[in-house]
Amino acid sequence: MNTESLGSIFLNAALVNNFVLAYFLGICPFLGVSGKMETATKMGGAVMFVMLISSMSAYGIHAFLVSIDAPFLQLISYIVVIASTVQLVEMFIKKISPALFKSLGIFLPLITTNCAILGVALFQTSKGYGFLESVVYSLGAGAGFMLALVLIAGIREQMNFADVPNISKGTALTLFIAGILSLCFMGFAGLGA
Amino acid sequence: MSNNDSTSKQKVTSTDEFIKGLWRDNPVFVQVLGMCPVLAVSNTAENALAMGLATAFVLLMSNILVSLLRNFVPKQVRIASYILIIATFVTVTDYAIQAISVELHKSLGAFISLIVVNCLILSRAEAFASKNTIGRSILDALGMGFGFTLALFCLGAVREILGNGSIFNVPLFSEGYQSWIVMILPAGGFFTLALWLLIINALQTRKVKS
Repeated sequence: MNTESLGSIFLNAALVNNFVLAYFLGICPFLGVSGKMETATKMGGAVMFVMLISSMSAYGIHAFLVSIDAPFLQLISYIVVIASTVQLVEMFIKKISPALFKSLGIFLPLITTNCAILGVALFQTSKGYGFLESVVYSLGAGAGFMLALVLIAGIREQMNFADVPNISKGTALTLFIAGILSLCFMGFAGLGA
Repeated sequence: MSNNDSTSKQKVTSTDEFIKGLWRDNPVFVQVLGMCPVLAVSNTAENALAMGLATAFVLLMSNILVSLLRNFVPKQVRIASYILIIATFVTVTDYAIQAISVELHKSLGAFISLIVVNCLILSRAEAFASKNTIGRSILDALGMGFGFTLALFCLGAVREILGNGSIFNVPLFSEGYQSWIVMILPAGGFFTLALWLLIINALQTRKVKS
């Protein structure tokens, strides 16, 4: 077992090993919905919620699979849990805010294939975190995802007015910005260690 | 590769199905799909190649199965069943790689399991294999799979040469070479991919002009 404190687990997941900028998890929504600040924050919130639920369920599933000695079912059961949580969130958002439902559009069901969420579930298992540690870890990862998304959305809104060469418009420019952000996040190395 | 070339030559009409994934609709450079593994494990040419081949294998097997089952799976649960099919083959691949080389399994880490959520595989199942015959689905999977591997290798090679001064662990330069450490770090992944996209965009605009 590990002896990390809960605070350092949180900082580690959110800043030092930021899921988007250091582990490259969840790049698709990062590139896809980061054009506008508003959708970026909402997407971040939805991902954080799904992450928390699926991380808690993953903890239970892992304990169960170990007890019946069938670890090869791990991947399949994790993905089923994530898919059903996303379905739940989708129905929930549709009910309470149809406008938000529309603005997230196709990216809502695509949370299922967001590697960051499966990544949290897999990493917490391989690191042997307990229940409370798993919850803190997933909260940290979610906060880190939100932070990266909001940062890049803010920069991209400004970049709309910049005069860049035609060939670098779109994905290439976003990737350059992401690279620079990733360099900045390297400055957090050593924090919370 | 030569084996696949001969299959596509026999069915001349299907050649296009194979070729399109390699260049015109390249999954990474043109469609920008499956970015996470592309950036994460392309720090050496060897990792990139292994990851590309593993993904290509899962893509091929899931395309075959999805295409075979396309008339049996009810429309409402199709995405869920595709994901289950993909997850099964990823588990197989995970254990196979562990059996072949523990070292490789360690350096690829969780990213083998994360092939499940590679959008490329799901999008080919949904957009192609569920609507086409098995032969065409195989060609499509081979084309897309090799296109993906090619792109990963392009990134991995550049990052290893610049960041480590070697290719496939064979040193290329003399002792005095100052390696660009940043290229093997996460930031280097973003920069290299951005540069490749710039080159491809420039080539395509030139083609359109002429």
